[in-house]
Amino acid sequence: MTEFLNMGGYGLYVWPAYLIVAIVLILNLVVPLRRHRRLLSKMSRHNNLNGPHAP
Amino acid sequence: MSALSLAFHRLASLPYFYSLAGKLLPWAGGLSIVLFGVGLYMGLVLAPTDYEQGDSYRIIYVHVPAAWMSMLVYVVLAISGAIALVWRLKLAEVVARASAPIGASYTFLALATGSIWGKPMWGTWWIWDARLTSELILLFLYLGYMALQSAIDDRRTAARAGAVLALVGVVNLPIIHYSVEWWSTLHQGPTVSKFDSPSIHLSMLIPLLLMALAFKIHFVTAILARIRPEILVREQRTQWVERLISQRQS
Repeated sequence: MTEFLNMGGYGLYVWPAYLIVAIVLILNLVVPLRRHRRLLSKMSRHNNLNGPHAP
Repeated sequence: MSALSLAFHRLASLPYFYSLAGKLLPWAGGLSIVLFGVGLYMGLVLAPTDYEQGDSYRIIYVHVPAAWMSMLVYVVLAISGAIALVWRLKLAEVVARASAPIGASYTFLALATGSIWGKPMWGTWWIWDARLTSELILLFLYLGYMALQSAIDDRRTAARAGAVLALVGVVNLPIIHYSVEWWSTLHQGPTVSKFDSPSIHLSMLIPLLLMALAFKIHFVTAILARIRPEILVREQRTQWVERLISQRQS
């Protein structure tokens, strides 16, 4: 396992490269999904205030 | 209208695509996770160590797919931009706008992982050679497109202006691709695209192609996820979105 993490002495280059890729790829999904959810709840609040069911 | 063009009109309608994207999203996401899992295991564990570069070469499994995607997504951006320009198809406008930040992120990854790979192999993080500089220009093209989109409030006008920018920028793609042949550089030449005699062993090639496929499916997932809120914003004053919102509330 230590040998695997060491990557023949290049671990300090290989793993940060993979880490950056993982972070960016995950953000590419998390950011729009969260934006979509917030947008939906914002629109339904807005709808509550102005929509047909408004007091 | 023929059945084919009917099906196309249905697909291109924003309400239909919004719900289709929602259904496809989890499948695309799951498939890309599986592909990444297999590709990473084969690339990091099973593939042999390179006799020249040692294990540092394993950065190839993220660097090359990211670099391929940076160009492929630009093609998607330019083609959907052209379709939006010529036929004013709304879905094409949405696809173009959604693809730009994803393409920019792949370009950033290609540059960042290349830089990290360059340090131990070339002894420098960066050189101003043709391959690296043209890839950096690609990043600026994406960022310019995104800045233009956020500067113009009307999304339809923004789509047309952006499409022109994207189409002009296409000239950069062949420059990136052939840069390693046209100019002398530290960057190694093409490894895979020489189909007659690829200079990479199968045990290294297969994980590379798997990772490339995983990146492609990741792009599909990411663009579907971006298209959904983009459609909602554009269509917020329409009846179908209002119906969607009130259905959520009940």
